[in-house]
Amino acid sequence: MERFQTKKTIDAYTRVGLARDKNRPGIADYIDALFTDFFCCRGDRIGLEDEAILGGVARFHDLPVTVIGHRKGKDLEENVRFNFGMPQPEGYRKALRLMKQAEKFGRPIITFIDTPGAYPGLAAEEHGQSQAIAECLAEMSSLKVPVISIVTGEGNSGGALAIGVANEIYMLEHAVYSILSPEGFASILWKDASRSKDACELMKLTADELYKAGFIEGIIREPEGGIQADPEVGFAGIDKCLQDSLQKLCALSGTRLQKERYEKFRNMAR
Amino acid sequence: MSDFFKERRKLLFSLRELRGKNNTGKAGSNAGDRAGEGSNGVSSTVKCPRCKREYPQMLMDRKKMVCPKCGYHLPISAEERLKFTIDSDSFQEMDAELETVNPIHFPGYTNKIKSIQNQTGRKDGALCGTATVRGHKLVIAILDHSFMMGSMGSVVGEKITRAAEYAMEEKLPLLIFSCSGGARMQEGMFSLMQMAKTSAAIKRFSEQGGLYISVLTHPTMGGVSASFATLGDIMLAEPGALIGFAGPRVIEQTIGQKLPEGFQRAEFLQQHGFVDAVVSRDKLRSNIAKILTLHCY
Ligand SMILES: [Zn+2]
Repeated sequence: MERFQTKKTIDAYTRVGLARDKNRPGIADYIDALFTDFFCCRGDRIGLEDEAILGGVARFHDLPVTVIGHRKGKDLEENVRFNFGMPQPEGYRKALRLMKQAEKFGRPIITFIDTPGAYPGLAAEEHGQSQAIAECLAEMSSLKVPVISIVTGEGNSGGALAIGVANEIYMLEHAVYSILSPEGFASILWKDASRSKDACELMKLTADELYKAGFIEGIIREPEGGIQADPEVGFAGIDKCLQDSLQKLCALSGTRLQKERYEKFRNMAR
Repeated sequence: MSDFFKERRKLLFSLRELRGKNNTGKAGSNAGDRAGEGSNGVSSTVKCPRCKREYPQMLMDRKKMVCPKCGYHLPISAEERLKFTIDSDSFQEMDAELETVNPIHFPGYTNKIKSIQNQTGRKDGALCGTATVRGHKLVIAILDHSFMMGSMGSVVGEKITRAAEYAMEEKLPLLIFSCSGGARMQEGMFSLMQMAKTSAAIKRFSEQGGLYISVLTHPTMGGVSASFATLGDIMLAEPGALIGFAGPRVIEQTIGQKLPEGFQRAEFLQQHGFVDAVVSRDKLRSNIAKILTLHCY
């Protein structure tokens, strides 16, 4: 596990830019690079499929695991199709379904977080965005298999946390994780979305700040210019991090995993 | 059957009050701007924001701040909510002393909190404790909209969590009145994590067989609606309450169109299957008591 001080010279605003960079790898790239035999699972089993969440079963160094992540897409066409990585309730219900399935078959769960937030839309509200997220939070807290989350890009609001109630949470060096997008934050507090740069500095959303405050277990180093500059180096870091974390967590019993995860969030921000 | 007659009597009573009220209301307006001066020295009147009629404070107290004419549910304080819900003198407050430490050192936040504490006489946005409702003991938590819009920071999250834990230990039912703009921005990630913390605590309480009645009141949005507030075994909502994840303004900006009438209101949620019942404020107490009895508390 890489636990070190990130480069201080890069300010929070620049990191937000790096985290949102279109060239940054997405969930599909991580699955390609780190897993084999990926089998994509679709649908919430209620009547809808949300492509803003990609999930399925795969092998990680031979070990069957369940992988779930926000999907933004690579080009504009994909962005639109995947709703820029902003899930609807059906996406969260699919994610939860896959997690319960993982628990049934004793598979560890690995989630990749990268979303502007849950989608603020008409149908999303009609289908119970709040209820879907709350259900994820509640159910994830009691899963009896290892859950590891990696924030790879931007993790904003409950829409990110909904797949992030994990035993261990890691962040890529330039990833950000916060209560809301800096624009939303500025617009709520100062009624001025253009002050997002000020917001970035105040929000304490960088990996370094969150590690210091005890929200995450570790930081995964990125090459110069971010993981987008040299993905292979970044992938290797994530691979190492996942191996170490899985080795540790797979040794624990289901009840212990459940208890430790509960206590971790119970004692967070007390 | 006797309850039926009681309800009838109450209805007749309220009709009588309503009739009496209309008369004085007219008289008041005829006399010009003297509506403010009551005959018994109680000078305040309450104006319904929807139908614009004015009523003496005393009548509105009796009506639990529901407009006698148009049925609009006026916003109420946590104290009023408590008074309208529980048996008198049955409340024992818990964790009143908890206050925030400004965890991300947000500029101006400490002073802001201090001044709201002075205004409200409360340390943060939740009022929690034990009480009885028609003789049934329970743990009650009420979010206070007057304290930074009932937003959930570390204190509100901690108090809700402790309320659930206490209810679990004491095997008591849990009743929460939500009323919140969402997560409290000024505490950043500390606020976001309260969503996970409270949801986990409710889940644990639920696994032990505890009954949780969640009442959604105007407004219940964002991080509160997307965590403990929507996890009730029984979901109730007050008429007209705005309930949702994203705020209406944000949705309108995103989709570039006006929202339909009644969108995200309590009745809309009932229609879409997310609340068991929309219950008017004067029926809440009897409904809560009934649910408690049905669950053998
Ligand atoms: Zn009215």
